[in-house]
Amino acid sequence: MTRVRTVLLPPALAIVFAALLCAVALLISGDSPLTALRVMITQVGEGTTAIDILNSGAIYYIAGLAVAIGFQMKLFNIGIEGQYRLAACVAAIVGGALVLPPVLHTIVILLVAMVVGAAWAGIAALLKAFRGVSEVISTIMLNFLATGLIAFLIRPDSFGLLRGNNISTDPIEPSGQFPGVSFGSSGTLFGMVALAALLGLGYAFLLNRTRFGFELRASGESETAATAGGVNARRMTIIALLMSGAVAGLVGLPELLGRDFAYTLTSPQGYGFTGIAVALLGRNHPFGIALGALLWAFLDKSALALDNVGVPREIVLIMQGSVVLSVVIAYEIVRRYELAAEQRRVAAQLRAASATPAEEVRA
Amino acid sequence: MRIRRGFVLAAAVLTSALVLAGCARDTGTTEPAGGGGTSGEQCARNPAPTGGAAAATPAPAQPNADGSGLKVGLAYDIGGRGDGSFNDAAAAGLEKAISDLGVAQGNVKELAAAANESEDAAATRLRQLVSEGYNPIIAVGFKYATALGVVAAEAPQVQFAIVDDSSVELPNVTPLIFAEEQGSFLVGAAAALKTTTCKIGFVGGVEQPLIQKFEAGYVQGAKAVAPDIEVDVKYLSPAGDFTGFNDPAKGQVVAGGELDGGADVIYHAAGASGQGVFQAVKAADKLAIGVDSDQYNVPAYADTKDIIMTSMLKRVDVAVFDYINAFAAGDTSTLPEVFDLKVDGVGYATSGGKVDDIAADLDAYKAAIISGSITVETTP
Repeated sequence: MTRVRTVLLPPALAIVFAALLCAVALLISGDSPLTALRVMITQVGEGTTAIDILNSGAIYYIAGLAVAIGFQMKLFNIGIEGQYRLAACVAAIVGGALVLPPVLHTIVILLVAMVVGAAWAGIAALLKAFRGVSEVISTIMLNFLATGLIAFLIRPDSFGLLRGNNISTDPIEPSGQFPGVSFGSSGTLFGMVALAALLGLGYAFLLNRTRFGFELRASGESETAATAGGVNARRMTIIALLMSGAVAGLVGLPELLGRDFAYTLTSPQGYGFTGIAVALLGRNHPFGIALGALLWAFLDKSALALDNVGVPREIVLIMQGSVVLSVVIAYEIVRRYELAAEQRRVAAQLRAASATPAEEVRA
Repeated sequence: MRIRRGFVLAAAVLTSALVLAGCARDTGTTEPAGGGGTSGEQCARNPAPTGGAAAATPAPAQPNADGSGLKVGLAYDIGGRGDGSFNDAAAAGLEKAISDLGVAQGNVKELAAAANESEDAAATRLRQLVSEGYNPIIAVGFKYATALGVVAAEAPQVQFAIVDDSSVELPNVTPLIFAEEQGSFLVGAAAALKTTTCKIGFVGGVEQPLIQKFEAGYVQGAKAVAPDIEVDVKYLSPAGDFTGFNDPAKGQVVAGGELDGGADVIYHAAGASGQGVFQAVKAADKLAIGVDSDQYNVPAYADTKDIIMTSMLKRVDVAVFDYINAFAAGDTSTLPEVFDLKVDGVGYATSGGKVDDIAADLDAYKAAIISGSITVETTP
């Protein structure tokens, strides 16, 4: 009972609080919060929105997992952004150049993306492990480097093709694509949504059922204690960042293999930063991150529907920002409350325990 | 400890190298500037081409059709209305359709893209317009190309137009593309005719093919006038990073660098970052060339208008208006394939009167491009 309250109450509180904040903002700007709420709910049934939410949610989920792996060890991998973009770009180039039988082609592209993501994160990992460079700084810098490197890679004289005013890599043949599930006019669900779910299961298993997961969490809790217990902290740092980067490498692939089939100038950005927010929302818990990712995707799509009825879409940014902030605060408040309750309970038990023997003596 | 001393040493060497380099560059540039009076010799200029009296033959203006029954939807690129440049030009075309064709204000819907949005957001935006019965629907910017290909195939009964893209090949999609390089050629020629240092600058927003067309035309135009001219080309962000279109502070720094290097006319193709370019040019009291709209007359740039020599006009407003007009008349085949110099789809602005003295030369180049005796490259 207590556990359910500690886990579920804070996010519920946070969402209610964020919704109230948005309602106030809407009232100040002269729009009706009820209209906004109605539009946000009804949009789910319109067009391809429901499928789009699931598709985006899967992408955010993979990004959230990548961040969470680092968080478990108190490593702040801000470089998911650069890792996934570079991985998607290189995977698109390799995938477009290769001719392989189906399934094998797809697997090769997935592996390339993971290796590139891990390698890019590996630079930060080595700097951290052997030179003590903060991974926050190095990964931010690597994000900028990735932007420049991608710009170089997709130049028409490198690997790019000029398509109108856009540049794109060679399109990936159907053999390399990841087939989705078509729902007719409601859109196509990316096949990689299933892969994202599998990743989540793998993450949960790794964390709770393996020695590695235990060592990872132990190093995060206290590096010195873990070292005393025989964990090689340097090795853990490198492995954690490499795994985080490998998962990050997959972030761009649902869209690449399920819809776009090529990396272009206009390929979306920002999923890495969304991943950080989603991991915070989900408290690094595999199920929590899934809920956070879906909430985030739902809010993102709401921006379109709200814009369509003339409600400023910036309200969605306010909502997303305040949800993250209030989740962090709400967990802290509930944690302190639980701590106090625990102390009271123990104190009461102690009182009862000390009172009983006294009566026995009297009897 | 030794490492730290090494760092200090390296830092000291680097700093002094920078200082020396800075000095060297300064002396290098002040010389031609100082000898500005005799720049005619240092910056030899070719005479304007002759014989081409072929003036622009704008497509015969179609009579205004009745647009009162139209429901027009517009999907803007990032920034939407108020960017002082590309999207605003499209908005101006829509405004003209409202005032001249009788399109009802209430039958118009404008939506704008958000930064970094996913491809499905663009498709959703177009679908929203389709499902609410808007027809025609105009997508502003090549970022809509893929999404438009999907949505236009889903809704064959609706007519679409897309600005800056010709890659969607569907019967119900009309491309509205421009010969930016031709207009840029003319302002490049103007810059070469006006410079006293024989050095001019270009500030591009994002180093991508579309903006490289501006660069290519500008450089070619300048070299056509003055073969020895030096063109300092800089971009604010690499391909794929669209912040360069919305970073006035960076525009100001980069333009300032070009001015320090001796350039005295700077052309920007950097969207909202152009404001910073204008400010840097104003501070140095040199000349700037605007882009897309006639930026001399854009209210947002009023405090720097005195240094805006001309603007490369990309008449997105004309294209949008002409498209709506042609749609209302029921025949979009009258639209030009490319909005180029010949149909006045691109050109240069004369507001402010700073290019009046060289207008004859510019018009000669314009005639030569129209007649085909000069072909302008689209890649640098």
